[in-house]
Amino acid sequence: MLDPVVVGVVVFVLASFIGFELITKVPPTLHTPLMSGSNAISGITIVGAIIATGIENDLLAASLAFLAVGSATINVVGGFLVTDRMLGMFRRPRREGRE
Amino acid sequence: MSPEVQALLYLLAAVAFIIGLRRLGSPRTARSGNAVAAVGMLLAVVVTLVDSEVSWVVLGAGAAVGAVVGAVLALRVQMTAMPQLVAAFNGFGGLASALVAGAVYVTVTGEIETVEMLTILLSVGIGGITFTGSLVAYAKLQGLLSGSPITYPGQKTLNAALLVGLLTAGVWSQTSQDPLAFWGMGVISLVLGVLLVIPIGGADMPVVIALLNSLSGLAAAATGFVIENSALIIGGALVGASGLILTKLMTEAMNRSLANVLFGAFGTGEGAAPAASAGGDVRTTTPGDLAVALSYANRVVIVPGYGLAVAQAQHQLREVADELERRGVEVVYGIHPVAGRMPGHMNVLLAEAEIPYDRLLDLDDTNSVLSRTDVVLVLGANDVVNPSARDDAESPIYGMPIIEVDRARTVVVVKRSMSPGFAGIDNPLFYDEGTLMLFADAKKALADLTVALETV
Repeated sequence: MLDPVVVGVVVFVLASFIGFELITKVPPTLHTPLMSGSNAISGITIVGAIIATGIENDLLAASLAFLAVGSATINVVGGFLVTDRMLGMFRRPRREGRE
Repeated sequence: MSPEVQALLYLLAAVAFIIGLRRLGSPRTARSGNAVAAVGMLLAVVVTLVDSEVSWVVLGAGAAVGAVVGAVLALRVQMTAMPQLVAAFNGFGGLASALVAGAVYVTVTGEIETVEMLTILLSVGIGGITFTGSLVAYAKLQGLLSGSPITYPGQKTLNAALLVGLLTAGVWSQTSQDPLAFWGMGVISLVLGVLLVIPIGGADMPVVIALLNSLSGLAAAATGFVIENSALIIGGALVGASGLILTKLMTEAMNRSLANVLFGAFGTGEGAAPAASAGGDVRTTTPGDLAVALSYANRVVIVPGYGLAVAQAQHQLREVADELERRGVEVVYGIHPVAGRMPGHMNVLLAEAEIPYDRLLDLDDTNSVLSRTDVVLVLGANDVVNPSARDDAESPIYGMPIIEVDRARTVVVVKRSMSPGFAGIDNPLFYDEGTLMLFADAKKALADLTVALETV
């Protein structure tokens, strides 16, 4: 088996290229929601925060984990909600439906 | 759940992020794309909860506080304040990544392997810089800190020294396994985040937020290496790439290099003597005359600037546009990439005023319709329509892509006074033969225009 770190590097590089391809196609109109939405995705670190709450009965570790869960949750919940709120304001073109 | 199944479910979550981002590429599908990404996140969280031994007290308390704070911030924020909110969210993301790595560090017993230590140090370093850097960006955008660059002698030397210190502490904490070196590195990264952002001017914040967005993704990816989780690595890489592209687009729109934005302390108030006035006569107009000109135009292009949004005049603007459209005038909006305080900000502000997104043209599309446009209405924009960026090689903004409003038959600039814009650069557009000035506050001018239109 390959070292997990090497596998991780492979995954990271390929995912970066997918990211470049995807984001290049996003029109300027959507750049702000793109930013807040991708910001929410970076909150995936919440997975690490959840795992960190269980690693040991150590006060310092528990405090760090508590803060990590809190900040990651702000990022995830706030990020997805505010993006949804913004995208809800983007109105469809008026001529549509008349055709 | 076997580790294999778990790994595949994490991959599924990452695929949801990719599909979500792809759907964010079109206004029609964007909202569902955001929902798909959120479902992916939920899946990742559930998969984690099923198999991990979590402390429900710590987890519940942290999640409850975070969810309430995040929801309140997201639902109450004004659209004009979106840049500082995104800056704050970036910061929390960076902080979370750094803290996870810190929690892993304190619970590892015995000597830590070089590679694992490296990933932990990267998480803490990038996360720490992202956290405090975002806080400073937030404070600047929110007006808690002055928007002008904060500089002092030896600034670059100090930052360079801190960067060396950061690397030294990192290497030292690996070789000596001394916790003091580890925490020292964490503190240095926090200090560095502050010092790197304070010399950057308020008008350059779009670039900084985009860059911090990228860093928050990279911090998450580094944490993914620490806990060996592909969802974090993929999610983090996607965000890292996204932030980098937006950073590049913003610097190109300002014709500046990233290094110049980060270290140039652009927009210093001191010594910014107003450039020699281009001089010449200025022609003025009245709301009444403007109403006539607009009503008889075939196409009107509106170029909004940030001042319009600050005055909350975009709703007034839509009323004027609606009235003109009832008369058969085609109204479109020319949006410069740096018109707002973050990438795409102006588009969101206009969307809030229920202006349909197909009327919002980007820089290239705007310039291609301008030569076939009767009237351009410039509202609160200045530097982004300054022809010296195109014509005058001596101008400090020379080379910056602009909306070439002087291609249109008539240009009407609504402005409070002749004072130069943020960069302190005189604008020859105001003295051009095809330009009419309407000296008024944007909101007042639009209100007067609405009244005047009734009599045309």
